[in-house]
Amino acid sequence: MLVKEIKKVSVIISLLLAIAVAVLIPNAARQPVTDKPYFLYFLGIAGIIIVFFYLLSFFSNKLSAKFEKKAPLLAGGILLLSIINLVCSKYALLPVLFFPSLDRVFAVFVKDRSLIVKCILSSAKLLGIGFLVGASLGFITGIVVGFNKKLAYWINPFIKIIGPIPATSWSPLVLSLFSTSYQAAVFMIALAVWFPITVMTSNGINNVQQTYFEVADTLGAGKFYKIFKVGIPAALPSVFLGFFYATTGSFITLVTAEMFGCKSGIGWYLNWQKSMMLYANVYAGLIVLALLCNLIITLLFKIRDRLLGWQKGVIKW
Amino acid sequence: MVGEIVIDHVSKSFTNPDGSEVKALNNVNLKVKPGSFISLIGPSGCGKTTLLRAISGLNLQDTGVILLDGEEIKKPGHDRGFAFQQANLYPWLTIEKNISFGLKARGIYKEKKQDVKEYIEMVGLKGFENSYPHQLSGGMNQRASLARALVGHPKVLLLDEPLGALDAFTRMNMQDEILRIWKEQKITIIMVTHDVDEAIYLSDQVVIMTPRPAKIEKVIDIELARPRARGNEDFLKYRTQILKILNYAGENVEPEYYL
Repeated sequence: MLVKEIKKVSVIISLLLAIAVAVLIPNAARQPVTDKPYFLYFLGIAGIIIVFFYLLSFFSNKLSAKFEKKAPLLAGGILLLSIINLVCSKYALLPVLFFPSLDRVFAVFVKDRSLIVKCILSSAKLLGIGFLVGASLGFITGIVVGFNKKLAYWINPFIKIIGPIPATSWSPLVLSLFSTSYQAAVFMIALAVWFPITVMTSNGINNVQQTYFEVADTLGAGKFYKIFKVGIPAALPSVFLGFFYATTGSFITLVTAEMFGCKSGIGWYLNWQKSMMLYANVYAGLIVLALLCNLIITLLFKIRDRLLGWQKGVIKW
Repeated sequence: MVGEIVIDHVSKSFTNPDGSEVKALNNVNLKVKPGSFISLIGPSGCGKTTLLRAISGLNLQDTGVILLDGEEIKKPGHDRGFAFQQANLYPWLTIEKNISFGLKARGIYKEKKQDVKEYIEMVGLKGFENSYPHQLSGGMNQRASLARALVGHPKVLLLDEPLGALDAFTRMNMQDEILRIWKEQKITIIMVTHDVDEAIYLSDQVVIMTPRPAKIEKVIDIELARPRARGNEDFLKYRTQILKILNYAGENVEPEYYL
Protein backbone atom coordinates (compact mmCIF):
# COMPACT_ATOMS: atom_id res chain seq x y z
CA MET A 1 0.00 0.00 0.00
CA LEU A 2 2.75 2.40 1.00
CA VAL A 3 4.85 1.37 -1.98
CA LYS A 4 1.91 2.14 -4.24
CA GLU A 5 1.53 5.62 -2.79
CA ILE A 6 5.26 6.30 -3.08
CA LYS A 7 5.15 5.25 -6.73
CA LYS A 8 2.24 7.55 -7.40
CA VAL A 9 3.77 10.52 -5.55
CA SER A 10 7.18 10.04 -7.19
CA VAL A 11 6.07 11.86 -10.32
CA ILE A 12 4.90 14.87 -8.32
CA ILE A 13 8.15 15.02 -6.35
CA SER A 14 10.12 14.84 -9.60
CA LEU A 15 7.96 17.62 -11.01
CA LEU A 16 8.49 19.87 -7.99
CA LEU A 17 12.22 19.21 -8.22
CA ALA A 18 12.20 20.19 -11.89
CA ILE A 19 10.35 23.42 -11.11
CA ALA A 20 12.78 24.18 -8.27
CA VAL A 21 15.76 23.66 -10.59
CA ALA A 22 14.15 25.85 -13.25
CA VAL A 23 13.25 28.66 -10.89
CA LEU A 24 15.98 28.71 -8.23
CA ILE A 25 19.16 28.20 -10.26
CA PRO A 26 19.93 31.08 -12.61
CA ASN A 27 20.69 30.36 -16.28
CA ALA A 28 24.29 30.43 -17.41
CA ALA A 29 25.26 33.78 -18.84
CA ARG A 30 26.51 32.18 -22.06
CA GLN A 31 23.04 30.88 -23.01
CA PRO A 32 21.05 33.39 -25.04
CA VAL A 33 18.01 34.43 -23.04
CA THR A 34 14.41 33.96 -24.13
CA ASP A 35 11.71 36.54 -23.56
CA LYS A 36 9.73 34.15 -21.36
CA PRO A 37 10.59 31.00 -19.32
CA TYR A 38 8.96 28.60 -21.81
CA PHE A 39 10.27 25.42 -20.21
CA LEU A 40 8.74 26.49 -16.91
CA TYR A 41 5.41 27.00 -18.73
CA PHE A 42 5.71 23.49 -20.09
CA LEU A 43 6.37 22.12 -16.60
CA GLY A 44 3.36 24.06 -15.35
CA ILE A 45 1.01 22.61 -17.97
CA ALA A 46 2.40 19.10 -17.43
CA GLY A 47 2.04 19.62 -13.68
CA ILE A 48 -1.63 20.62 -13.90
CA ILE A 49 -2.43 17.53 -16.00
CA ILE A 50 -0.49 15.18 -13.70
CA VAL A 51 -1.98 16.58 -10.49
CA PHE A 52 -5.45 16.39 -12.07
CA PHE A 53 -5.04 12.67 -12.80
CA TYR A 54 -3.41 12.10 -9.41
CA LEU A 55 -6.47 13.51 -7.64
CA LEU A 56 -8.82 11.64 -9.97
CA SER A 57 -7.02 8.37 -9.17
CA PHE A 58 -8.41 8.48 -5.62
CA PHE A 59 -11.89 7.95 -7.02
CA SER A 60 -11.22 5.11 -9.45
CA ASN A 61 -9.28 1.91 -8.77
CA LYS A 62 -8.71 1.34 -12.46
CA LEU A 63 -7.28 4.80 -12.97
CA SER A 64 -5.23 4.43 -9.80
CA ALA A 65 -3.59 1.24 -11.08
CA LYS A 66 -2.89 2.88 -14.41
CA PHE A 67 -1.45 5.98 -12.77
CA GLU A 68 0.70 3.89 -10.46
CA LYS A 69 2.09 2.01 -13.46
CA LYS A 70 2.98 5.11 -15.46
CA ALA A 71 4.07 7.41 -12.60
CA PRO A 72 7.65 6.13 -12.06
CA LEU A 73 8.34 6.32 -15.80
CA LEU A 74 7.03 9.87 -15.97
CA ALA A 75 9.04 10.76 -12.86
CA GLY A 76 12.16 9.41 -14.57
CA GLY A 77 11.39 11.36 -17.72
CA ILE A 78 10.97 14.63 -15.83
CA LEU A 79 14.15 13.92 -13.88
CA LEU A 80 16.00 13.47 -17.17
CA LEU A 81 14.66 16.84 -18.33
CA SER A 82 15.97 18.39 -15.10
CA ILE A 83 19.41 16.93 -15.74
CA ILE A 84 19.36 18.28 -19.28
CA ASN A 85 18.22 21.60 -17.89
CA LEU A 86 21.15 21.64 -15.43
CA VAL A 87 23.73 20.59 -18.00
CA CYS A 88 22.58 22.80 -20.88
CA SER A 89 20.83 25.83 -19.42
CA LYS A 90 22.02 26.27 -15.89
CA TYR A 91 25.73 25.50 -16.11
CA ALA A 92 26.21 25.42 -19.92
CA LEU A 93 28.60 22.50 -19.69
CA LEU A 94 28.23 21.78 -23.42
CA PRO A 95 28.74 24.15 -26.40
CA VAL A 96 25.73 26.45 -26.31
CA LEU A 97 25.44 26.57 -30.10
CA PHE A 98 24.61 22.87 -30.42
CA PHE A 99 22.99 22.42 -27.02
CA PRO A 100 20.48 25.25 -26.55
CA SER A 101 18.62 25.80 -23.30
CA LEU A 102 15.27 24.02 -22.88
CA ASP A 103 13.62 27.44 -22.77
CA ARG A 104 14.81 28.11 -26.30
CA VAL A 105 13.65 24.72 -27.57
CA PHE A 106 10.19 25.12 -26.09
CA ALA A 107 10.05 28.72 -27.32
CA VAL A 108 10.13 27.34 -30.88
CA PHE A 109 6.82 25.54 -30.39
CA VAL A 110 5.23 28.84 -29.49
CA LYS A 111 6.94 31.21 -31.90
CA ASP A 112 7.29 28.98 -34.93
CA ARG A 113 4.02 27.14 -34.49
CA SER A 114 2.29 28.19 -37.70
CA LEU A 115 5.26 27.09 -39.80
CA ILE A 116 5.56 23.83 -37.88
CA VAL A 117 1.88 23.02 -38.35
CA LYS A 118 2.24 23.79 -42.06
CA CYS A 119 5.21 21.46 -42.23
CA ILE A 120 3.35 18.69 -40.40
CA LEU A 121 0.42 18.92 -42.81
CA SER A 122 2.71 18.95 -45.82
CA SER A 123 4.65 15.92 -44.55
CA ALA A 124 1.46 14.06 -43.70
CA LYS A 125 0.09 14.67 -47.19
CA LEU A 126 3.26 13.48 -48.89
CA LEU A 127 3.49 10.44 -46.64
CA GLY A 128 -0.20 9.67 -47.14
CA ILE A 129 -0.05 9.77 -50.94
CA GLY A 130 3.19 7.80 -51.13
CA PHE A 131 1.98 5.23 -48.63
CA LEU A 132 -1.36 4.75 -50.35
CA VAL A 133 0.23 4.21 -53.76
CA GLY A 134 2.97 1.92 -52.42
CA ALA A 135 0.72 -0.06 -50.11
CA SER A 136 -1.97 -0.78 -52.70
CA LEU A 137 0.59 -1.76 -55.34
CA GLY A 138 2.47 -3.85 -52.77
CA PHE A 139 -0.66 -5.63 -51.59
CA ILE A 140 -1.72 -6.46 -55.14
CA THR A 141 1.78 -7.63 -56.13
CA GLY A 142 1.94 -9.75 -52.98
CA ILE A 143 -1.40 -11.42 -53.69
CA VAL A 144 -0.53 -12.12 -57.32
CA VAL A 145 2.89 -13.51 -56.43
CA GLY A 146 1.46 -15.46 -53.51
CA PHE A 147 -1.25 -17.22 -55.47
CA ASN A 148 0.09 -17.53 -59.01
CA LYS A 149 3.24 -19.62 -59.32
CA LYS A 150 3.85 -18.73 -62.98
CA LEU A 151 3.66 -14.97 -62.41
CA ALA A 152 5.74 -15.41 -59.25
CA TYR A 153 8.48 -16.95 -61.38
CA TRP A 154 8.71 -13.81 -63.54
CA ILE A 155 7.96 -11.15 -60.93
CA ASN A 156 10.11 -12.44 -58.05
CA PRO A 157 13.44 -11.44 -59.68
CA PHE A 158 12.22 -7.85 -59.93
CA ILE A 159 11.26 -7.87 -56.26
CA LYS A 160 14.64 -9.35 -55.35
CA ILE A 161 16.65 -6.85 -57.39
CA ILE A 162 14.68 -3.64 -56.78
CA GLY A 163 13.40 -4.32 -53.28
CA PRO A 164 16.53 -4.34 -51.14
CA ILE A 165 17.95 -1.11 -52.64
CA PRO A 166 17.22 1.76 -50.20
CA ALA A 167 14.49 3.79 -51.88
CA THR A 168 16.39 7.05 -51.26
CA SER A 169 19.28 5.87 -53.44
CA TRP A 170 17.01 6.49 -56.43
CA SER A 171 16.99 10.21 -55.66
CA PRO A 172 19.71 11.27 -58.14
CA LEU A 173 17.78 9.55 -60.92
CA VAL A 174 14.19 10.33 -60.02
CA LEU A 175 14.87 13.97 -59.21
CA SER A 176 15.81 14.45 -62.85
CA LEU A 177 13.22 12.06 -64.29
CA PHE A 178 10.16 13.52 -62.59
CA SER A 179 9.05 17.04 -63.41
CA THR A 180 8.70 18.03 -59.75
CA SER A 181 10.63 16.97 -56.70
CA TYR A 182 7.28 16.28 -55.02
CA GLN A 183 6.48 13.53 -57.52
CA ALA A 184 9.96 12.14 -57.02
CA ALA A 185 9.38 12.04 -53.26
CA VAL A 186 6.03 10.25 -53.74
CA PHE A 187 7.76 7.72 -55.96
CA MET A 188 10.51 7.01 -53.44
CA ILE A 189 8.11 6.67 -50.50
CA ALA A 190 5.86 4.39 -52.55
CA LEU A 191 8.87 2.26 -53.44
CA ALA A 192 9.97 2.05 -49.81
CA VAL A 193 6.47 0.93 -48.83
CA TRP A 194 5.89 -1.40 -51.77
CA PHE A 195 8.74 -3.78 -51.03
CA PRO A 196 8.02 -4.92 -47.45
CA ILE A 197 4.29 -5.15 -48.10
CA THR A 198 4.79 -7.23 -51.24
CA VAL A 199 7.19 -9.61 -49.54
CA MET A 200 5.20 -10.02 -46.33
CA THR A 201 1.90 -10.45 -48.20
CA SER A 202 3.16 -13.16 -50.55
CA ASN A 203 5.06 -14.75 -47.70
CA GLY A 204 1.93 -14.78 -45.56
CA ILE A 205 -0.10 -16.38 -48.33
CA ASN A 206 2.54 -19.04 -48.96
CA ASN A 207 2.58 -19.94 -45.27
CA VAL A 208 -1.17 -20.43 -44.94
CA GLN A 209 -1.90 -23.92 -43.61
CA GLN A 210 -2.80 -26.19 -46.52
CA THR A 211 -5.68 -27.62 -44.47
CA TYR A 212 -7.43 -24.23 -44.49
CA PHE A 213 -7.74 -24.53 -48.27
CA GLU A 214 -8.69 -28.20 -48.04
CA VAL A 215 -11.51 -27.38 -45.65
CA ALA A 216 -12.76 -24.79 -48.15
CA ASP A 217 -12.50 -27.39 -50.94
CA THR A 218 -14.62 -29.90 -49.09
CA LEU A 219 -17.19 -27.20 -48.37
CA GLY A 220 -17.55 -26.40 -52.05
CA ALA A 221 -15.70 -23.05 -52.23
CA GLY A 222 -14.52 -21.79 -55.61
CA LYS A 223 -11.06 -20.46 -56.47
CA PHE A 224 -11.71 -16.77 -55.88
CA TYR A 225 -13.67 -17.46 -52.74
CA LYS A 226 -10.67 -19.34 -51.41
CA ILE A 227 -8.30 -16.48 -52.28
CA PHE A 228 -10.41 -13.73 -50.71
CA LYS A 229 -12.05 -15.54 -47.83
CA VAL A 230 -9.28 -17.94 -46.78
CA GLY A 231 -5.88 -16.97 -48.20
CA ILE A 232 -5.98 -13.24 -47.56
CA PRO A 233 -7.51 -13.32 -44.05
CA ALA A 234 -5.10 -16.07 -43.02
CA ALA A 235 -2.18 -14.01 -44.35
CA LEU A 236 -3.27 -10.78 -42.62
CA PRO A 237 -0.98 -11.11 -39.57
CA SER A 238 1.98 -11.30 -41.93
CA VAL A 239 0.58 -8.47 -44.08
CA PHE A 240 0.38 -6.38 -40.95
CA LEU A 241 4.06 -6.99 -40.24
CA GLY A 242 4.70 -5.77 -43.77
CA PHE A 243 2.75 -2.58 -43.01
CA PHE A 244 4.78 -2.11 -39.85
CA TYR A 245 8.12 -2.39 -41.67
CA ALA A 246 6.74 -0.24 -44.47
CA THR A 247 5.73 2.51 -42.05
CA THR A 248 9.14 2.77 -40.42
CA GLY A 249 10.75 2.64 -43.86
CA SER A 250 8.45 5.36 -45.15
CA PHE A 251 9.52 7.74 -42.33
CA ILE A 252 13.16 7.39 -43.32
CA THR A 253 12.38 8.01 -46.97
CA LEU A 254 10.03 10.90 -46.20
CA VAL A 255 12.57 12.84 -44.16
CA THR A 256 15.42 12.17 -46.58
CA ALA A 257 13.30 13.10 -49.60
CA GLU A 258 12.21 16.32 -47.93
CA MET A 259 15.78 17.19 -47.04
CA PHE A 260 16.88 16.81 -50.66
CA GLY A 261 14.12 18.08 -52.85
CA CYS A 262 10.97 19.45 -51.26
CA LYS A 263 10.39 23.00 -50.11
CA SER A 264 8.21 22.11 -47.15
CA GLY A 265 7.70 19.39 -44.57
CA ILE A 266 9.43 18.40 -41.35
CA GLY A 267 12.51 17.06 -43.13
CA TRP A 268 12.89 20.34 -45.01
CA TYR A 269 12.36 22.28 -41.77
CA LEU A 270 15.13 20.32 -40.01
CA ASN A 271 17.54 20.85 -42.87
CA TRP A 272 16.73 24.53 -43.28
CA GLN A 273 17.05 25.31 -39.56
CA LYS A 274 20.37 23.48 -39.48
CA SER A 275 21.72 25.60 -42.32
CA MET A 276 20.67 28.69 -40.36
CA MET A 277 22.50 27.28 -37.31
CA LEU A 278 19.26 27.39 -35.29
CA TYR A 279 19.75 24.21 -33.32
CA ALA A 280 16.92 24.94 -30.90
CA ASN A 281 14.58 24.71 -33.90
CA VAL A 282 16.25 21.47 -35.02
CA TYR A 283 15.56 19.91 -31.62
CA ALA A 284 11.98 21.14 -31.72
CA GLY A 285 11.59 19.63 -35.20
CA LEU A 286 12.99 16.31 -33.98
CA ILE A 287 10.53 16.27 -31.08
CA VAL A 288 7.64 16.94 -33.48
CA LEU A 289 8.89 14.15 -35.75
CA ALA A 290 9.14 11.71 -32.85
CA LEU A 291 5.61 12.51 -31.72
CA LEU A 292 4.30 12.23 -35.27
CA CYS A 293 5.90 8.84 -36.01
CA ASN A 294 4.76 7.55 -32.66
CA LEU A 295 1.21 8.64 -33.32
CA ILE A 296 1.12 6.92 -36.72
CA ILE A 297 2.50 3.64 -35.38
CA THR A 298 0.09 3.73 -32.43
CA LEU A 299 -2.77 4.22 -34.91
CA LEU A 300 -1.49 1.30 -36.96
CA PHE A 301 -1.55 -0.95 -33.92
CA LYS A 302 -5.04 0.21 -33.02
CA ILE A 303 -6.17 -0.85 -36.49
CA ARG A 304 -4.35 -4.17 -36.00
CA ASP A 305 -6.22 -4.81 -32.75
CA ARG A 306 -9.50 -4.13 -34.55
CA LEU A 307 -8.77 -6.34 -37.55
CA LEU A 308 -6.73 -9.04 -35.90
CA GLY A 309 -8.42 -9.32 -32.53
CA TRP A 310 -8.39 -13.07 -33.10
CA GLN A 311 -4.61 -13.12 -33.18
CA LYS A 312 -2.99 -10.91 -30.58
CA GLY A 313 0.62 -10.40 -29.70
CA VAL A 314 2.50 -10.52 -33.02
CA ILE A 315 4.42 -7.40 -32.02
CA LYS A 316 3.68 -5.35 -28.94
CA TRP A 317 3.69 -1.60 -29.03
CA MET B 1 -31.61 -43.65 -49.61
CA VAL B 2 -28.49 -41.95 -50.90
CA GLY B 3 -24.85 -42.09 -49.91
CA GLU B 4 -23.60 -45.34 -51.40
CA ILE B 5 -19.85 -45.51 -51.88
CA VAL B 6 -18.24 -48.07 -54.16
CA ILE B 7 -14.46 -48.37 -54.10
CA ASP B 8 -13.31 -50.36 -57.12
CA HIS B 9 -9.72 -51.58 -57.58
CA VAL B 10 -8.20 -48.46 -56.11
CA SER B 11 -4.41 -48.16 -55.90
CA LYS B 12 -2.12 -45.26 -55.10
CA SER B 13 1.57 -44.90 -54.51
CA PHE B 14 3.75 -42.13 -53.15
CA THR B 15 7.34 -41.34 -54.02
CA ASN B 16 9.68 -40.98 -51.09
CA PRO B 17 12.21 -38.16 -51.01
CA ASP B 18 14.92 -40.76 -51.79
CA GLY B 19 13.08 -41.76 -54.97
CA SER B 20 11.71 -45.08 -53.80
CA GLU B 21 8.02 -45.84 -54.28
CA VAL B 22 5.63 -46.73 -51.50
CA LYS B 23 2.29 -48.37 -52.19
CA ALA B 24 -0.17 -46.41 -50.07
CA LEU B 25 -3.16 -48.34 -51.37
CA ASN B 26 -2.92 -51.73 -53.04
CA ASN B 27 -5.98 -52.77 -55.04
CA VAL B 28 -8.64 -51.81 -52.53
CA ASN B 29 -12.25 -52.89 -53.06
CA LEU B 30 -15.07 -51.91 -50.73
CA LYS B 31 -18.77 -51.29 -50.90
CA VAL B 32 -20.35 -49.00 -48.32
CA LYS B 33 -24.11 -49.29 -47.97
CA PRO B 34 -26.12 -46.07 -47.86
CA GLY B 35 -26.73 -44.87 -44.34
CA SER B 36 -24.21 -47.17 -42.72
CA PHE B 37 -21.43 -46.32 -40.30
CA ILE B 38 -18.04 -47.67 -41.33
CA SER B 39 -14.74 -47.46 -39.49
CA LEU B 40 -11.36 -47.79 -41.17
CA ILE B 41 -8.90 -49.07 -38.63
CA GLY B 42 -5.27 -50.11 -38.71
CA PRO B 43 -1.76 -49.09 -37.72
CA SER B 44 -0.16 -46.03 -39.27
CA GLY B 45 0.95 -46.59 -42.83
CA CYS B 46 -1.99 -48.87 -43.66
CA GLY B 47 -3.48 -46.31 -46.03
CA LYS B 48 -6.67 -45.55 -44.15
CA THR B 49 -6.29 -41.78 -44.35
CA THR B 50 -5.15 -42.06 -47.99
CA LEU B 51 -8.35 -43.94 -48.76
CA LEU B 52 -10.48 -41.38 -46.93
CA ARG B 53 -8.82 -38.51 -48.77
CA ALA B 54 -9.37 -40.31 -52.08
CA ILE B 55 -13.09 -40.55 -51.28
CA SER B 56 -13.14 -36.86 -50.38
CA GLY B 57 -11.39 -36.02 -53.65
CA LEU B 58 -8.60 -34.08 -51.92
CA ASN B 59 -5.96 -36.56 -53.16
CA LEU B 60 -7.08 -38.82 -56.01
CA GLN B 61 -6.01 -42.41 -56.52
CA ASP B 62 -3.67 -43.46 -59.34
CA THR B 63 -5.84 -46.28 -60.68
CA GLY B 64 -9.34 -47.55 -60.03
CA VAL B 65 -12.54 -45.62 -59.44
CA ILE B 66 -14.57 -44.48 -56.46
CA LEU B 67 -18.28 -43.96 -57.02
CA LEU B 68 -20.75 -41.98 -54.95
CA ASP B 69 -24.27 -43.07 -55.85
CA GLY B 70 -22.97 -44.29 -59.19
CA GLU B 71 -21.04 -41.12 -60.06
CA GLU B 72 -17.28 -41.05 -60.21
CA ILE B 73 -15.52 -38.86 -57.64
CA LYS B 74 -13.05 -36.55 -59.36
CA LYS B 75 -12.69 -33.58 -56.99
CA PRO B 76 -13.75 -32.42 -53.53
CA GLY B 77 -17.37 -31.39 -53.15
CA HIS B 78 -19.93 -30.41 -50.58
CA ASP B 79 -21.77 -33.74 -50.99
CA ARG B 80 -18.98 -35.25 -48.92
CA GLY B 81 -18.50 -33.50 -45.59
CA PHE B 82 -15.03 -33.83 -44.12
CA ALA B 83 -13.87 -33.37 -40.53
CA PHE B 84 -10.15 -33.35 -39.84
CA GLN B 85 -8.24 -34.51 -36.79
CA GLN B 86 -7.73 -30.87 -35.82
CA ALA B 87 -10.91 -28.83 -35.90
CA ASN B 88 -9.26 -26.50 -38.43
CA LEU B 89 -11.75 -23.74 -37.84
CA TYR B 90 -10.79 -20.41 -39.35
CA PRO B 91 -9.45 -18.45 -36.36
CA TRP B 92 -10.54 -15.11 -37.84
CA LEU B 93 -14.19 -16.12 -38.04
CA THR B 94 -16.69 -16.55 -35.24
CA ILE B 95 -18.24 -19.98 -34.64
CA GLU B 96 -21.38 -18.95 -36.49
CA LYS B 97 -19.41 -17.66 -39.47
CA ASN B 98 -17.21 -20.75 -39.53
CA ILE B 99 -20.24 -22.99 -39.67
CA SER B 100 -21.94 -20.95 -42.38
CA PHE B 101 -18.74 -20.68 -44.46
CA GLY B 102 -19.71 -23.44 -46.93
CA LEU B 103 -23.22 -22.11 -47.43
CA LYS B 104 -21.87 -18.64 -48.15
CA ALA B 105 -19.24 -20.03 -50.51
CA ARG B 106 -22.03 -21.70 -52.47
CA GLY B 107 -24.22 -18.61 -52.31
CA ILE B 108 -27.12 -20.31 -50.54
CA TYR B 109 -26.66 -18.81 -47.08
CA LYS B 110 -29.76 -16.61 -47.22
CA GLU B 111 -32.13 -19.51 -47.81
CA LYS B 112 -30.36 -21.78 -45.32
CA LYS B 113 -29.88 -19.37 -42.43
CA GLN B 114 -32.25 -21.44 -40.31
CA ASP B 115 -30.12 -24.56 -40.90
CA VAL B 116 -27.09 -22.86 -39.38
CA LYS B 117 -29.09 -22.12 -36.26
CA GLU B 118 -30.36 -25.69 -36.07
CA TYR B 119 -26.93 -27.24 -36.44
CA ILE B 120 -25.41 -24.92 -33.85
CA GLU B 121 -28.09 -26.11 -31.48
CA MET B 122 -27.63 -29.72 -32.49
CA VAL B 123 -23.95 -29.73 -31.57
CA GLY B 124 -24.68 -27.86 -28.34
CA LEU B 125 -23.01 -24.57 -29.16
CA LYS B 126 -25.99 -22.29 -28.67
CA GLY B 127 -24.81 -19.13 -26.96
CA PHE B 128 -21.32 -19.41 -28.46
CA GLU B 129 -22.23 -18.22 -31.97
CA ASN B 130 -20.18 -15.06 -31.65
CA SER B 131 -17.18 -16.58 -29.87
CA TYR B 132 -13.91 -17.08 -31.68
CA PRO B 133 -12.35 -20.57 -31.87
CA HIS B 134 -9.47 -19.65 -29.54
CA GLN B 135 -11.98 -18.81 -26.82
CA LEU B 136 -13.47 -22.33 -26.80
CA SER B 137 -12.17 -25.74 -25.74
CA GLY B 138 -10.88 -28.36 -28.16
CA GLY B 139 -14.06 -30.40 -27.81
CA MET B 140 -16.27 -27.42 -28.59
CA ASN B 141 -14.17 -26.56 -31.62
CA GLN B 142 -14.46 -30.13 -32.85
CA ARG B 143 -18.24 -29.92 -32.48
CA ALA B 144 -18.24 -26.74 -34.51
CA SER B 145 -16.19 -28.44 -37.19
CA LEU B 146 -18.74 -31.28 -37.29
CA ALA B 147 -21.55 -28.76 -37.65
CA ARG B 148 -19.62 -27.05 -40.44
CA ALA B 149 -19.24 -30.35 -42.29
CA LEU B 150 -22.91 -31.28 -41.79
CA VAL B 151 -24.74 -28.01 -42.39
CA GLY B 152 -24.47 -28.37 -46.19
CA HIS B 153 -26.41 -31.66 -46.00
CA PRO B 154 -23.71 -33.95 -47.38
CA LYS B 155 -24.61 -37.47 -48.48
CA VAL B 156 -21.51 -38.83 -46.81
CA LEU B 157 -19.60 -37.65 -43.76
CA LEU B 158 -15.89 -38.45 -43.78
CA LEU B 159 -14.15 -38.32 -40.41
CA ASP B 160 -10.36 -38.40 -40.21
CA GLU B 161 -9.66 -39.27 -36.57
CA PRO B 162 -11.83 -36.35 -35.53
CA LEU B 163 -11.59 -37.28 -31.85
CA GLY B 164 -7.90 -38.12 -31.83
CA ALA B 165 -6.86 -34.83 -30.24
CA LEU B 166 -9.42 -34.91 -27.41
CA ASP B 167 -9.12 -36.23 -23.88
CA ALA B 168 -10.70 -39.58 -23.00
CA PHE B 169 -13.91 -38.23 -21.42
CA THR B 170 -14.62 -35.57 -24.02
CA ARG B 171 -13.95 -38.26 -26.56
CA MET B 172 -16.59 -40.65 -25.20
CA ASN B 173 -19.15 -37.86 -25.04
CA MET B 174 -18.37 -36.90 -28.61
CA GLN B 175 -18.77 -40.51 -29.74
CA ASP B 176 -22.32 -40.50 -28.41
CA GLU B 177 -22.93 -37.24 -30.16
CA ILE B 178 -21.68 -38.52 -33.47
CA LEU B 179 -24.00 -41.52 -33.09
CA ARG B 180 -26.93 -39.24 -32.36
CA ILE B 181 -26.18 -37.06 -35.35
CA TRP B 182 -25.81 -40.13 -37.56
CA LYS B 183 -29.23 -41.43 -36.48
CA GLU B 184 -30.89 -38.05 -36.95
CA GLN B 185 -29.34 -37.29 -40.31
CA LYS B 186 -29.47 -40.80 -41.77
CA ILE B 187 -26.24 -40.27 -43.69
CA THR B 188 -23.33 -42.54 -44.49
CA ILE B 189 -20.35 -42.05 -42.18
CA ILE B 190 -16.86 -43.30 -42.91
CA MET B 191 -14.47 -42.75 -40.03
CA VAL B 192 -10.74 -43.30 -39.77
CA THR B 193 -9.58 -44.23 -36.29
CA HIS B 194 -6.87 -46.18 -34.59
CA ASP B 195 -8.92 -46.76 -31.49
CA VAL B 196 -10.38 -50.28 -31.62
CA ASP B 197 -12.98 -49.60 -28.91
CA GLU B 198 -14.17 -46.50 -30.70
CA ALA B 199 -14.56 -48.44 -33.94
CA ILE B 200 -16.62 -51.21 -32.30
CA TYR B 201 -18.70 -48.80 -30.27
CA LEU B 202 -19.73 -46.74 -33.27
CA SER B 203 -19.72 -48.80 -36.44
CA ASP B 204 -21.88 -51.20 -38.39
CA GLN B 205 -18.77 -52.48 -40.05
CA VAL B 206 -15.11 -52.28 -39.06
CA VAL B 207 -12.72 -52.36 -42.01
CA ILE B 208 -9.32 -53.58 -40.88
CA MET B 209 -6.40 -52.42 -42.98
CA THR B 210 -2.81 -53.61 -42.79
CA PRO B 211 0.37 -51.97 -44.08
CA ARG B 212 3.10 -53.20 -46.45
CA PRO B 213 1.40 -53.49 -48.83
CA ALA B 214 -1.48 -51.32 -47.66
CA LYS B 215 -4.71 -53.21 -48.21
CA ILE B 216 -7.99 -54.25 -46.63
CA GLU B 217 -7.36 -57.30 -44.48
CA LYS B 218 -10.88 -58.01 -43.30
CA VAL B 219 -14.30 -56.44 -42.94
CA ILE B 220 -16.08 -57.31 -39.71
CA ASP B 221 -19.81 -56.77 -39.21
CA ILE B 222 -20.52 -55.59 -35.69
CA GLU B 223 -23.82 -57.20 -34.81
CA LEU B 224 -24.47 -55.52 -31.49
CA ALA B 225 -27.65 -53.67 -30.61
CA ARG B 226 -27.34 -49.96 -29.89
CA PRO B 227 -26.73 -48.38 -27.44
CA ARG B 228 -23.69 -50.54 -26.95
CA ALA B 229 -22.02 -51.23 -23.63
CA ARG B 230 -18.28 -50.76 -23.89
CA GLY B 231 -17.40 -53.49 -21.43
CA ASN B 232 -19.75 -56.38 -22.17
CA GLU B 233 -18.69 -59.84 -23.29
CA ASP B 234 -19.61 -59.60 -26.98
CA PHE B 235 -17.93 -56.23 -27.20
CA LEU B 236 -14.73 -57.73 -25.84
CA LYS B 237 -14.99 -60.66 -28.24
CA TYR B 238 -14.97 -58.29 -31.19
CA ARG B 239 -12.10 -56.47 -29.60
CA THR B 240 -9.98 -59.61 -29.29
CA GLN B 241 -10.89 -60.66 -32.82
CA ILE B 242 -9.78 -57.33 -34.27
CA LEU B 243 -6.59 -57.16 -32.24
CA LYS B 244 -5.74 -60.68 -33.36
CA ILE B 245 -6.01 -59.69 -37.00
CA LEU B 246 -3.81 -56.69 -36.28
CA ASN B 247 -1.32 -58.94 -34.41
CA TYR B 248 -1.72 -56.99 -31.21
CA ALA B 249 -3.54 -59.64 -29.21
CA GLY B 250 -0.35 -60.61 -27.44
CA GLU B 251 -0.71 -64.39 -28.04
CA ASN B 252 2.67 -64.87 -29.65
CA VAL B 253 4.51 -62.81 -27.08
CA GLU B 254 7.02 -64.80 -25.08
CA PRO B 255 7.31 -63.67 -21.47
CA GLU B 256 10.67 -62.12 -20.83
CA TYR B 257 11.20 -63.94 -17.57
CA TYR B 258 9.69 -66.82 -15.62
CA LEU B 259 8.92 -67.00 -11.95
